[in-house]
Order: sequence, then structure tokens, then C-alpha cells
Amino acid sequence: MIVRRLGLAVAAVAGVAAVGGLLDRVGLPPVSLLEAGLLAMTPLALAAVGECLNEKAGVVNIGLEAIFMISATTGVWTAEVFNSGVMGLAGGGVTGAVVGWALGAVSVYGRADQIIAGMGLNIFALGFVPFLLISLWAFPGIHLFPNELMVRRILTPLGQISPVTVAAVVVAVAAHYLLHRTVLGFRITAVGERPEAVDVAGLRVDRLRVLTSTLGGALAGVGGAFLPLGWFGALVKEISAGRGFIALACVVFAGLEPLLALGAALLFGLADGFASAVAVTPGVKERIPFYFVSMIPYLTTLVVVAAVIGRRRFPSTVGRPYARE
Amino acid sequence: MSWPRLPRPLSEAVATVALGLLAGAVLMRAFGYSPLVAYRALLVGAFGSTADILETLAFATPLMLTALTFAVGVRAGLFNIGAEGQMYLGAIGATFVAGMLHLPPGLHAAGATAAGMAAGALWALIPGVLKVWRGAHEVISTIMTNWVAFHLSTYLAINFLGEPGRAERTVPALPGARYPVLSEDSTLTAVIFVAVAMAVAVYLYLWGTRQGYELRLAGENPDAARYAGVHAGRVVVGSFVIGGMAAGLAGASQIIGRPPAWSLYATLGNVATLGFDGIGVALVGRNHPLGAILAAVLFGALAHGGRLMEYEAGVLSELVRAINGLIVIALAAPELWALLSRRWRR
Repeated sequence: MIVRRLGLAVAAVAGVAAVGGLLDRVGLPPVSLLEAGLLAMTPLALAAVGECLNEKAGVVNIGLEAIFMISATTGVWTAEVFNSGVMGLAGGGVTGAVVGWALGAVSVYGRADQIIAGMGLNIFALGFVPFLLISLWAFPGIHLFPNELMVRRILTPLGQISPVTVAAVVVAVAAHYLLHRTVLGFRITAVGERPEAVDVAGLRVDRLRVLTSTLGGALAGVGGAFLPLGWFGALVKEISAGRGFIALACVVFAGLEPLLALGAALLFGLADGFASAVAVTPGVKERIPFYFVSMIPYLTTLVVVAAVIGRRRFPSTVGRPYARE
Repeated sequence: MSWPRLPRPLSEAVATVALGLLAGAVLMRAFGYSPLVAYRALLVGAFGSTADILETLAFATPLMLTALTFAVGVRAGLFNIGAEGQMYLGAIGATFVAGMLHLPPGLHAAGATAAGMAAGALWALIPGVLKVWRGAHEVISTIMTNWVAFHLSTYLAINFLGEPGRAERTVPALPGARYPVLSEDSTLTAVIFVAVAMAVAVYLYLWGTRQGYELRLAGENPDAARYAGVHAGRVVVGSFVIGGMAAGLAGASQIIGRPPAWSLYATLGNVATLGFDGIGVALVGRNHPLGAILAAVLFGALAHGGRLMEYEAGVLSELVRAINGLIVIALAAPELWALLSRRWRR
């Protein structure tokens, strides 16, 4: 099952690489495609890995989109206050942690329908972010910040790589280790599968779930702050543009395995980065209508989600609140 | 998915909205605005005069339809959050027939309405079929189709339906395709009757027909439905198609039933987010078609009153959408209500 999915991922990446080779002929070098792809992968990977932990413990957060949007805004604000892009990432992470904690608390203590609460969070962000932009900077819809606040990229043989991208890969490996090699990881898995057993064993189901929600939110928050501070260089109210849901698609693809989620994030990142690269490459952008280029990441997600799911197994209690009998 | 059965849905709805407004007030205070000035403007803006009340109804019209989309989905056990994209395509379909074709008056409006509904339903078939055929989760696939719809509709609006010399919008609906305006001093048109009729039709379908019963059974108890021989795939596709028709009608209503533009903006600005707002409306309306009508009037009041709030208190009307989101979060947590009622009884 996992081997099959890994094979699919490799085939898909190879397919994207082949497209990249073709594009080289019309003036879009593969290195710039890879650079764009890795940038686009980073927020997806961070959010998807966090969501894997989240869902392992039995809580679904479909409000990742909202966390992206809100953290992007607060991240830029923190960066300006501390005059540091890295502090901005931290600010985004703290914001994400707060939102993740709140959603976890509503799910665990309020025994909320998690899908609906997550949807509510997304609707909230749709209105709150424009409100925040006006309140903080008195300018509607968009905010430009000084270029010095951007998190610097490192020049490598593979092109300019952001240190946050490296961190995202490390986080994915660490999450894999956490889930499969540590006691806390086993407890997280157990809380998703058999909360009553964990309860009987004297561990707090509620605390574990709120903990993973907070952690997942924090990772998504760093990803959200990365969008303006590590990638775009500007803040717009539609900055996340569905990427929170693409991160959820990564989780679905990965069957809650952090390393597979990283692979899925790379695949969707390449599709997204491909669209961003085409949109700015002279000679290419004139040939392909922008509207169709913009559809690429969404169509890729649709195709992949439709192609790989079949029968996958999620923790038995995912999405359901736990109540002591 | 089990739904909390609450004895007083109306009082609960009022309490949730009050809670949302309270949270909104906290947000306003935190950012240095005056909640009292803002809410006074909101109230006056929504219900201050007959014209305002009619305008509130005009704002409510598309919301009751996108609420139907979500509500029918939930009744079938699905989270169809694709009303947004289905509505864009509905607006495109209506614009094409209303602006590009020449038909006799009356028939023209009917044709444009039907085209909008058909386009919405066709777009809804994509996630519906992917769900049945591949098990693709509808939350992800509907969001993806929403974004594809956004880019596709913008492309079509600019390249095929654009008005020569006016880059910012499509060709307006021809006079024969427009629904009659009901009152000179508001934008309310007769399209509201079509919207209400659609809600009533969905109600009759769900509670008056065998297919409707099967749909609800599949949503409430999938196992029982399977044993009873209900065709699960048909329920999924059926609920998506009905939802898509409602969303498509919502899009069409903003083109052929909403002055002064009678056309689609190239940014989709005059339809965008109506689909998402419908989710809140549906939940406050307890996912009931008739409840959706009442809840839509409430949300329409917030939307219309929000404009005066922006003008008089300087609070961006988008804050209303943030309040809608908080209302949804509060509605999602049944334990919150249990907690509150325990407090009250004490």
C-alpha cells in the first residue's frame, strides 16, 4: 500500500520533471522550476506534517487555510515590530498555535463537529484578515513590507534554497521519528485509535489532543508566515489561495505518514511552483493564458486525490469527540 | 455524523448570533473602534426604512440559495462546500444567455435562469462523480473545483463575455432577460420569489418524495440506508446536482435579478464569497430549507447593515463575515450550549 503510493509519488515527480525538461526548451530552466517548487512545498509540508500528528490523535483541522491567512498577516506584523523576518516566522507560529489550541479546545471540550468548526474558522478568516489589514495598516487588501524583512535564501548547487525549506524537511523526519519511535508518539496514535484505553491507562485524552492540535496549528502558522516572508515578499488578503486545502490533500494522500506527506507536498509544490514560474517567465507567460496556468495546482490536487485514495485507513476516532462512558 | 437535537432551534439561533456579535464587539474594541456606534449603524442600516428592509431581502436572496446547497449536502451526509464555484459558473451561464442571445421577453429570463441552474449543476457533478467513482473527499475536491471555477469564470468573463470598451465587467443582461424591480428605491427584484420557490421545492423533495427520504436516510444512517437498498451513489450525485442547481441559481440571481450592474464583474466581485456565507446561513437555519430562508434574512440584514457600519463607524464590513464564522464555530460545539443551559438553570 505504502510502496504503491510511494511509486505513484515518484512517477508523478518524474512526470513533472519531464514537463520541466520540455519547458527548458521554451526558456524556463528546470533549476528555477525546482526553486519555485521547493518554496511552494515548504508551507504545504509544514502544515501537512502538523496535520498528520493532529489527525493521528483523532482531531481533524480543516481550518488550515484560515491559519495560513491569519498567520501570514500576524507574521508580517511581528516581523515589522521586531524588524526581523525570523521573528515574523515565530509570530506566525505562535498565532497558529493559539488558533490550533482554540480549535482543539472547541473540539475536545465543546465536543464540536470538527468539520463544521473548521469551516467556521475558514469563514472567520475570510472576514477577519481584511479587517486586520485595515486595522493594522489602514490599507485594504494588500500590504507591502520592507524587503530586508524577507528570510534570506541560501545559495546551493540546486539553486536558492530557503532555510525554512530545510527546516520543513527536518520537521517531517522528526515527526516520523516521534510517531514511530517514542512513547509520546505511541500515545498519540493510541489516543486516535482507542481513546478509552488511553483513558483507562490513566492518561489524559483531552490534553494529548489539545497538545497535538496546538502543535499542528503552530507548524501551519510558521507555514503561513513563510508565504509572505519567505516566498512572495508581499501580503495580500487571498494569500493562501486554497493551499490550506492542498495541505489537507497531502495528508489524505499520505495516509497520515509524515514522510509521505513531505513527498506529497513536494509534488503539489512542484505543480504550484510550476504555475508561479510560468506566470513570471518571459517568453512562456505570453504563450499560455495566465488563467489556465493558475489552475494547475488545483487540477493536480483534484487528479491526485481522485487517483490515489481508494480505501485508506484513518484512526478509528478521527473527527469524533471522546466522552467517558 | 450525529446532529444535536435541540428543543428550541430558534432561541438557540438567536443566542448564537448574539454570541457572535459579542465576539465581534470584543474584536472592534481591541482595535479601537466603538462597537456601540457600529452596531447602531448596523441595525439602522438593515431595518431603518422600508427601502432598507427590501434591500436586506435583496441581500438575503442569493444567501438562501447557497445555504440550500450546503443544507442538502449535509442532509445526505456530505460537506458540499462547492457552492462558491457552482455559483460562479451559474453566473457565467446566466450571463451567456441573458447577454449574448436574443430571445422573447419572459422566455429570455426563464432561459437565463435555467442556464445558470444547469451550469451550476454541471459543475457540481465533478466533485459528485469523483466522490462516487473514486471516493475523493468532497471537502478537498469542492475547494479545488472552486478555485478552478474562479480562474475559468474570470477567463470566460474577460475573453468571451466582456463588454467592448468596459474591461471591468461582462455584457449586461438584455432588458428582456431581467427580473422586474419590485421597488424603485431598492435592488430587490422578483427573483426572490424564484429563490423562495426553490427552497420550498427542495423542502417538498426532501420530505415529500421517496428519493428525498432516501437522501435523508443515507445522511442520517448510512448503514440503515444500505440495508434498505438505497443506492448510495445516486444519493451523492443527486444531492450534488440539487445543490449545484441552487448555487447556479444564486449566481444567476446576481446577474439577471440585481440592479444596477445586471452583469458579472471581471473580478467576480459582485458574487464572490456568497457561497461561503451560505454555509453559516445553512447552519443557523438548522440545514432545513425553510430555516435557510429565515436565516438568510438575518444574514442579509448583517450584510446590508454592514455597509452603513463601514460608512458611519469606519469598521470594515468584512468584519460581518468574521462574525459569521464565529457564529458557525459556536454552533458546531453542542457542549457549549449544554454548558450555558446548565448555568441558566442554576
